[in-house]
Formats: sequence, C-alpha cells, structure tokens
Amino acid sequence: MSALHPPSENLSRTERIALNLYMITGLAVVILMMLGGIAMRMSQGTWIELPPDVFYQVMTAHGAAMVGIAGLTSSAVMWYFLRKYVRLSPGIFLANYVLFMIGAVLILGSIFVLQYGGGWTFLYPLPVKSNGMWSVHAAAGYMLGLVSIGVGFLLFYLDATLAILRVYGNLGRALGLQWLFGGAIDKSHPPTVVASTMVIIANGLGTLCGAVVLVLCLVNAYVPAFELNALIAKNMIYFFGHVFINASIYMGVIAVYELLPRYSGRPWGVSRPFLWAWAASTVMVIIVYPHHLLMDFVMPRWMLAMGQIISFTSGLPVLAVTAYGALTNVHRSGIRWSMPAKLLMLSMFGWAAGVIPAIIDAVISVNSVMHNTLWVPGHFHFYLLLGLWPMLFGFMYHVVRIRGGEPDSAIDKLGFPAYLVGGLAFAGMLLMAGQASVARRWAVHLPEWVPYAHAASIAAILVALATVVFAVRIAGGLLRAPNAGVAH
Amino acid sequence: MTTQGIVWNISLLAIAVIAAAFLYVVARSGAPMPAERVQKTAYGIRRWFFWALVLLGIGTAYATLAEFPVPDQRGQSAGARVVNVVGKQWYWELSEKQFSTGVPVEFRVTANDVNHGFGIYDPDGRLVAQVQAMPGFTNRLVHTFTEPGKYRVLCLEYCGLVHHNMIAEFEVVAARQEGKS
Repeated sequence: MSALHPPSENLSRTERIALNLYMITGLAVVILMMLGGIAMRMSQGTWIELPPDVFYQVMTAHGAAMVGIAGLTSSAVMWYFLRKYVRLSPGIFLANYVLFMIGAVLILGSIFVLQYGGGWTFLYPLPVKSNGMWSVHAAAGYMLGLVSIGVGFLLFYLDATLAILRVYGNLGRALGLQWLFGGAIDKSHPPTVVASTMVIIANGLGTLCGAVVLVLCLVNAYVPAFELNALIAKNMIYFFGHVFINASIYMGVIAVYELLPRYSGRPWGVSRPFLWAWAASTVMVIIVYPHHLLMDFVMPRWMLAMGQIISFTSGLPVLAVTAYGALTNVHRSGIRWSMPAKLLMLSMFGWAAGVIPAIIDAVISVNSVMHNTLWVPGHFHFYLLLGLWPMLFGFMYHVVRIRGGEPDSAIDKLGFPAYLVGGLAFAGMLLMAGQASVARRWAVHLPEWVPYAHAASIAAILVALATVVFAVRIAGGLLRAPNAGVAH
Repeated sequence: MTTQGIVWNISLLAIAVIAAAFLYVVARSGAPMPAERVQKTAYGIRRWFFWALVLLGIGTAYATLAEFPVPDQRGQSAGARVVNVVGKQWYWELSEKQFSTGVPVEFRVTANDVNHGFGIYDPDGRLVAQVQAMPGFTNRLVHTFTEPGKYRVLCLEYCGLVHHNMIAEFEVVAARQEGKS
C-alpha cells in the first residue's frame, strides 16, 4: 500500500479539495459532452432531429469543452506529481480552476444563450461573419471565455516554471539536456520534471499564441477596419490548438511514468533515449502544426513539407520510447492488473495506435482525400478516448484509492471491456466513415453516410455507459475516503 | 485500389501489429523474469525497431515528396483549363461547369467571406481532391479527371449554420463527347 501511495503524495485539506474539484469537474464535463456527441451522431443518423443551428452549437460546445477539460484534468495530473519535486502553489492551482470555470460560463452562455455556433476553433473571420446567425457579442463572449481559460493555464505554467527554476536552475537542466551527449545520468532525475518542463515550454508558447490571436480577433470584432491576415490567423489558431491538445497528453502521460512502475514493481527512470525523446518532442510539437494546413496551398512549400516530415518523426518518441518503454516495464513483471494498471496500459495502446492514422493523414497526397473527412476525428478520438482519458481515469482510480490492491469489483470487470470495445468501435467507425469520404462537421448527412452514424451512435453509447461506471466508482471512492491521503 | 483503401488497409495492419504486441506482453506479464534480462533483450530489439521506423519514414517521405504533391502556386499549369471558384456563405460560384476527362483542370479557389473547403466528390461519392478556399488568397488546385459523370463540390471547412447545404455540381464528359451533350 505504501509503495503505491508514498507519503510524499499526501495532500493538505486545501489541496485535496482542489484536486477533487478538478476530478469531479472532469468526470461531469466529459460525460455531459459525450451525451452531446451521441446526440450529434444520432441526429446525423436521423434517429433524433437536432435543428442545424442547435447541432452546430452543440458541436461548438463539444469541441471547446472536450479540449478544455482534457487540458484541465491533465493539468491536475501534472500538478499532483510535480509538487513532489518542486514547490507549487495550491492558490495558483485553484486560480486556474476558477478562471476555467469563469471561461466555461462565458463560453456556454455565448453558445446556448447568445447562439454562437462558430466552431471551437474560432477560425477567423467566421466568428464575426456569421451571415446574421449570431451577434458579434456572442462571438466576443465565446472568445473572452477562451481567453479566461488561457490566462488560467498561463498562470499555472508560470508557477510551475518558477518552481522548476528554483530547484534546477534552468529549464535545460530540468529537461536533462546536459546528459544528451554523454555523462553519467542521474537516475533519480524525475521523468515528471522532464515531461512538465516540456509542457510548460511548448504549451506556454501555444497558449500565449492563442491568447494573442484571440485578442486580435476581439479587436477585429468591434473595430472591423482592423482586419487580420486570414492565413496568419489560421496559422496562429492551429498552432495554439495543436500544442494545447498535445500538451494535455504529455501532462497525462506523467501518470503512466509515475504509476505503472508501482504496479509492475519495476522502476522506470530516465535514460538517454528517454531524454532525447522528450527534448526532440519539445521541438517537434512546436514545429509540426503546419500539418493542419496542408490543404492551404499558398503556404510556403517548406512548411508543408515540414508538416509532413515532422509528423513522421513525432511518432518515434511515442512508439519507440514511451509505448515501448511501457511494454518493457510490464513484460514478465508479475504485475497485478488492478483498474489503474489496466487503464494506464490501455492508454499506452490507445496513444500508440491512435497516432498511426494521424501520421498517415499527414502525408500531403493522403491529406488531399482525407482532410476534414471523419478520418480526422477518427484518429483524434482514438488517442484521446483510448489514450488520454484512460491515463486520467487510471490516475483517478489510483488517487481515490478505490483499488488499493483489492480485487476489481464486478462492475469494474464490466466497465473496462465495455469502454475498450466501445472506444475501439467508435473510433473505428469514424475512421471507416472517413475512408468512405464522409465529411466532417456536417449537421445533416447524405443518405449514404447514415449507416456509419448509426454504428457510431451505438458504440458511443457503450463508451458513455462505461464512463458513467468509472465516474460512479471514482465518486464513490471520494465519498468513502474523503480524508485518505490528507496530511495531518 | 483508391488512396483511401490503401490508407485504410495500412492503418488496420499497423494498429493490429501494435495491438498484438500489447496482447502478447499482457498475456506474458504473469510469468516474472528479472527486469535486467527483459531490458537487455527489449533494448536490443528497440534499436532495430527504431532504425526500421527511421528508414520507413525516410522512404515514405522520399516517395511522397520527391514530386511535390502541391502545384506551383505561381503562374498557370501548361495546357490546363482554368476555372475560377469562389466560396460564399453558402454556395459555390464556378466559372465553368463542364470538363473533359484527360485534360488537366486548374481550379483557382478563393472565398469572399470566411474559410471554406473546396472538396471534389466523384460520381461514386468518393473525395478525389480538395483545397481550402480562403478570403484574401487564391489556392491553385490542378486535377485531371479520369472518369466521366456528375461530380459534386462539398464544403469541407465549417463555415456557419448552413455549411452542410453548400453543394455544387459539375459534369465531366469523356474527352471525345465534349461539346456534344
């Protein structure tokens, strides 16, 4: 038990409350937004009827909330483990949550009261050119909500940066760059510090870029003469969006580095390949974003080529270091497959397998016939649903001490395979629809596309039911052991 | 086989290989062996795995980029028929709507309000080419049609509440039939 839950991870009462807020909010939002996703698929399948305006509002909320909550819940993972090595501020952690909730209220109000339906990516100039379908104020409210969330994350990263600098002197040392080309690696250097440093560099830049383009768009909303260059705005938006969602995975994977070794009984420390992987990922996650603009032919050729090639190389650290490292850590270890271990292992599979269709789609000639079909949500649902969220659920199961070495309950034995099968089927149906050229983000599907929506709806319902099982078990754990792990 | 079919098969195969690796490890996880022995073997295999992936990446990059898949955006393609395309909320304007098989068509695509996606679907409903339509910029897409029939243009970039109705049609005729229909 102590090996699974070391005293260094005990929480003060304030910290416990803050972490619980993050976890409960994460569970509630992901389930609500899954219901939104199911409603959209069922409407595309003509099983229910959502008017197009409502469909696109739900789509906007689904995108913004799913990306936001992935970031928020992952940041809880990073905070939980990073605070063992550096001194993080619980106040800033709470401030990030409060700013997120303020942003969420603004976003939901803009969407469901003021009827903003411009998509979560606020692709300039759509938010302010709706052809009379929503007001400039609705768009401004939505963008202000995103700014609020972004400011919260920037505060969190700033706090983490200062804390890391106090201990390690500079970010390069925290990343372990001093050991890339030689020297005896300090095996006690925490992978959590390496991953967190990568995230604050990449997503600090990403979130800052997002804040800048949002402010520019807000100025444009009220001073139309202040026009933006649509291509530059698109670059900035996709840079921000790409880095933000990827940073969520990089924060979430900290749970795997920290927890999987405890369940397998084998250490998983830093090594030279590990440090190279994270150093390279820091650069690659920043420069790979042009793969979102491969169909913008006016982009400089070198950027399009870079988008394709860096997409290939980005797969190397995931496949050859992290996923392979997890397999090595577990192989013939005698691991006990309790829920956290199962979910963390699933997350490694989901991430590794999910990047395959993503990498292939980054080939420019493939992108020509796959971009903005359901192939795209197919691959990101694959590595978010089966990669990122199992990291987060595994972390939550661990933290609330539901398992604690006990055998899984019957409901867990049902929930896990249901989630796995439902997730695979859902992502698989999106990919299958994508290879059949079904367009993405269409409220009304052509008759020949409808069967895909039917199958995806059924799979999505299965995933949502399994997620409810996880949520009930985790919430139950919180209620049974409200003070577990609290420092006295 | 279409590009989509090839991509689908490669993806399935790669995902199946990864799944098999995970299933193998999970199945063998209950028979403990010292970590050092596992690592020695695993890291030896990883070296080969890493370089195999690198070679695969270099080969794929060369095969798919040596002849750059995006047409030069300056000037005009030799012998191509030029068509001006404008995307507007929520319809397409095409300066011409009939083309011949075997003759390259250069679509000069722009938008006058928001971003749209100019996606060309063949008579079987399969996406054969696309390019973004963006205000303030003109993207040049060159495509040579091989199959005659009714083609549709679908918007592939979300552009507002009537996005899904932004559909246009044009016809491709067999080269010798042009002008007779």
